[in-house]
Amino acid sequence: MSAGAASEPRLVADFVKAFPGGATIAATVSQPVAGPFVTVLFGPSGCGKTTILRCLAGLERPGRGRITFDGETWFDAARRLSLPPQRRKVGYLFQDYALFPHLTVEQNIGYGVNWPPRMREKLIAEMTERFGLDGLAPRRPGELSGGQQQRVALARAMACAPRLLLLDEPLSALDGPTREPLRRELRQLLRTMNTPAVVVTHDRVEAMALADQVIVLHEGTVRQAGTVEEVFGRPANLTVARIVGVETVVRGKVIGVDAGLATVAVGPGGQHVLAVAEPDAAGEVDVCVRAEDVMLQRQSPADTSGRNKLKAVVTSIVQEGPLVRVSLDCGFPMTAVITRPAREELNLAEGDTVTAVVKATAVHLIPRG
Amino acid sequence: MDWTAVWLTLRLAATTALILLLVGLPLAYWLATTRWRGRFIVEAIVALPIVLPPTVLGFYLLMALGPRGPVGRVVQALTGASLPFTFAAILLGSVLFNLPFAVRPFTSAFAAVDRRLVEASWCLGVSRLGTFRRVMLPLSWTGVLTGIVLSFAHTVGEFGVVLMLGGNRPGVTRTVSLVIYDEVQAMNYAAAHATSLALVGFAFLVLCITYALQRRVLPL
Repeated sequence: MSAGAASEPRLVADFVKAFPGGATIAATVSQPVAGPFVTVLFGPSGCGKTTILRCLAGLERPGRGRITFDGETWFDAARRLSLPPQRRKVGYLFQDYALFPHLTVEQNIGYGVNWPPRMREKLIAEMTERFGLDGLAPRRPGELSGGQQQRVALARAMACAPRLLLLDEPLSALDGPTREPLRRELRQLLRTMNTPAVVVTHDRVEAMALADQVIVLHEGTVRQAGTVEEVFGRPANLTVARIVGVETVVRGKVIGVDAGLATVAVGPGGQHVLAVAEPDAAGEVDVCVRAEDVMLQRQSPADTSGRNKLKAVVTSIVQEGPLVRVSLDCGFPMTAVITRPAREELNLAEGDTVTAVVKATAVHLIPRG
Repeated sequence: MDWTAVWLTLRLAATTALILLLVGLPLAYWLATTRWRGRFIVEAIVALPIVLPPTVLGFYLLMALGPRGPVGRVVQALTGASLPFTFAAILLGSVLFNLPFAVRPFTSAFAAVDRRLVEASWCLGVSRLGTFRRVMLPLSWTGVLTGIVLSFAHTVGEFGVVLMLGGNRPGVTRTVSLVIYDEVQAMNYAAAHATSLALVGFAFLVLCITYALQRRVLPL
């Protein structure tokens, strides 16, 4: 059944869950369960990510399919078998952490531990220290910051020595400025805890920071699964390209291939763009360019390794924090992201004519049809 | 004051509240957590006594419990006892009649508990019963207490069902409200007044406790 090597312990989930309203969620998740391997379920809200997580935890029952963990069957529709959440030994981190409001931090952490009192106390103390919660033991969840709550929730889950961690939008309950350091902290914790994890998120940066494997979901189905580089750099289709946030996606036609480089006629004007040829990308294609791969220059550069030097008119300039998003018209619409100093140096204004330089390797072709 | 009747009434009310606690908690938990679409039917049945006159419930119970009724026949065949006009009969009537007064506050208290807390507990390996005891009850105890207090108080003031099923037997089924009725019939207004006033005071006290609980005024 497992796609991986027979000896390698894996989580293999392949199931379908239909909702009365008509929505159907089909999931295929496969990942190793030894070591700190992180799978990120990525997609817009409402695409069924959380439902998949709930099915893995046993909080929701799929209609068809199977879930096995290291050879142990958690769910099998054909055999009418569903292991209750209590016996799956997973750690589930809820979106807003779901800490028990009537219990102290200490009691929350020790909630699922039924060891003899002295060992239990020792474990709680250990967890309190490990998750940087010293001095907070007698507090109630309501008196903690978002980041502290998250750590308590993780400590509570880890105290039960889970075999798999399930994290539902772990950072979405935190506000902007605190997110950045906590994202790094969470990544570190996931690595050091040495527990495999499935993380749900709709945040691109979060997905890139945490994932060993990304599974892109759209309207209840898996659209692509692969490494961060594969999914974000080489989206398999238009839907994935849109979801992972490739800013420029335009139609084109491959009109020739020479020495591994494809010439593509793009947009209504048939502007020529060079891309690394891909075996299945011939004829009609979607041309994808990420905004950070577009360089802007005042004059057309005489010598550059960038194969594409496109004449472009600046149609709009939008400030986004330290970055500037520049919309271009180079016979087809394209977006570039540059830094603020770069913009000042170029003295860029709307209506200006510039040259957009894009390496052929940064142009990704998706076959149509 | 008829102390025999007071004692009987308190016994009836306490037993009723206790049974409602045992029957009502699981029923309310089910109502608060089930995803079954036909749930409203059960809710409507539970709420029936609120709108039905007690005499209707009493009448049908009397029919069911009587020697020719389905329940009465079985009980008589098994134990040889006759149910109508006994303490057991008015107890059964009270329990059924008070069902909404216990189950509805229980249900809304349970429904107000964040479902994810319950699920979090399950994922931490704690059984359903353990979760109920350690998460559900501590977070909904005001609602549970409200339900118990209300059904206790409501039983103390009950008249119609007790009259239909109990037959006004002193020391067995003659509760305080029946005593008042008898005193008025016998034109002993002074005695009726004393007992009535005591009931008014009792009811007021109970409602005060209930509302205070709901606002968590009492430092319990």
